[in-house]
Amino acid sequence: MYNQENCRFLKTHEWAFVEGENAVVGISEHAQEEISDIVFVDLPKVGRQVKAGENCCVIESVKSASEIYAPVSGEIVAVNEALSADPALVNREAHAGGWLFKIKMANPAEVDALLTFDAYKATIQK
Amino acid sequence: MFIPHTKENEQEMLSKIGVSSIKELLAQIPQALLYPALDLPAALTEAELTRHLHELAAKNKPLTNFIGAGMYEHFIPAAVPALASRGEFLTAYTPYQAEASQGTLQTIYEFQSCVCALTGMDVATASHYDGATALMEAALACCRVTNRKEILLSSALHPHYKEVLKTYTRHLGITLTEIALSSDGTLDTEGLKKQLSENTACVVFATPNFYGILEHGEKISALAHAKGALTVVHVNPISLGIVKAPSDYGADFVTAEGQPLGNPMSFGGPALGIIATKKAYMRQLPGRIVGIAKDHDGKRAFVLTLQAREQHIRREKASSNICSNEAQCALNAVIYLTLLGPQGLKEVALLNLERAHQLAGAICGVKGYALKYTAPFFNEFVVTCPISAQEVIDKMAEKGIAAGYAVHEKELLVCATELRTAADISAYVKALEVL
Repeated sequence: MYNQENCRFLKTHEWAFVEGENAVVGISEHAQEEISDIVFVDLPKVGRQVKAGENCCVIESVKSASEIYAPVSGEIVAVNEALSADPALVNREAHAGGWLFKIKMANPAEVDALLTFDAYKATIQK
Repeated sequence: MFIPHTKENEQEMLSKIGVSSIKELLAQIPQALLYPALDLPAALTEAELTRHLHELAAKNKPLTNFIGAGMYEHFIPAAVPALASRGEFLTAYTPYQAEASQGTLQTIYEFQSCVCALTGMDVATASHYDGATALMEAALACCRVTNRKEILLSSALHPHYKEVLKTYTRHLGITLTEIALSSDGTLDTEGLKKQLSENTACVVFATPNFYGILEHGEKISALAHAKGALTVVHVNPISLGIVKAPSDYGADFVTAEGQPLGNPMSFGGPALGIIATKKAYMRQLPGRIVGIAKDHDGKRAFVLTLQAREQHIRREKASSNICSNEAQCALNAVIYLTLLGPQGLKEVALLNLERAHQLAGAICGVKGYALKYTAPFFNEFVVTCPISAQEVIDKMAEKGIAAGYAVHEKELLVCATELRTAADISAYVKALEVL
């Protein structure tokens, strides 16, 4: 659905996939594996305004609580309701059914500043 | 069991570090502060020490106790300390490691279950330091849930609880506004209505309140909820034997001081903070929570759960800076409740109600004394006195009676639990008559 190659990334492992005027946001394969079994996703409220880099979501796993940062600025227009009953969906389909939220971009150009998949891969290879 | 280092252990460690003695290791500490001369008397033998402690204890003047004001003298069945003092419970250190502490975790789980059964709420924590802490934590949780910064509190909360609330909200930009009482002793709901706004996170009140009066929980909850505010209802756990469960009248958080449940007063502590809430607010709860899980053989196991709320994982975003619970006190409480059962707790509550009302009636028969408030009360009530309350207390003490707690110059807060017999009540009134 949101193939890695077509996504842009933050160093902090979030991905953004441009879908019209929205950016769909999730966490990378690498991240879901590192975090381990996800038990709860504290999603932002629809309608909330976020700035690029702002912490707007928390993913709780059996061993940690991870802050999730908005890759771009804008308004939260949708959140993945499926995650409340099935938070592990993020582990199983990090780049598909496990998306977190969608931001209506205030400034689409912000996406260009994000890492390409190859650049992101390089950061996690170290 | 404490196993001290041997001299050989010490030497080995010192040489590994590269110093010759402990003194050398502590060389950076100013010498004047190291090994100060301690003016201690010579050691006593066990016999001498026992005698000395008996002499100290003999200085206590036992008075028949009519003081409530936050800590209550209830009967503790011998089975409670007999079980709770077992070494497995009493001396185990921080027993929360699931693999090693199933027994302890189970008792905490049962305690939580009892709290839920009593309060009607969905989830309870493993306990907190005391009622004051519990109340404060619940109020702050309401601020987080609602994202609002104003707390309305009844002026009839225990003064210590108000202090703790002030301490915790002082630097958080949260405002506290007290709501006064009506003349009958209940919270002034008109006054509350005036203060409620879209900025109110919660309304905090106690029932019975500090003066023993039972509050109109339904009314207060309705007013609060109409403005999108939550309610923190602080209860006396013994009263829940006969009073409606707070879940029945819209409580969002329920807190309590659990000392009355199988815990001695011990000159003020340790105490037992209780918090319970609805499932929706579960993740905003502070402190430890025990849950049931399955191990990899599919067997039932008890664990600490929802730990991502806590400091060791969330750090500055944790729901509280406190993680400690009162395991031993909670253990006393769960054994007490298990021994009594719902029927037993109801009987204890009825006895409290009965004795307090008998005493109140008898005191009102003494010239110059009257009840200050007219609203229904549980096991405590305020008496207006013809002389200063302190004078009543001092003179009654000379007659072997702790008459009550002075809440105002001429107002005395008097309590009678199930332990105050007809003879105690009669003696109180006889002594009061000739004051």
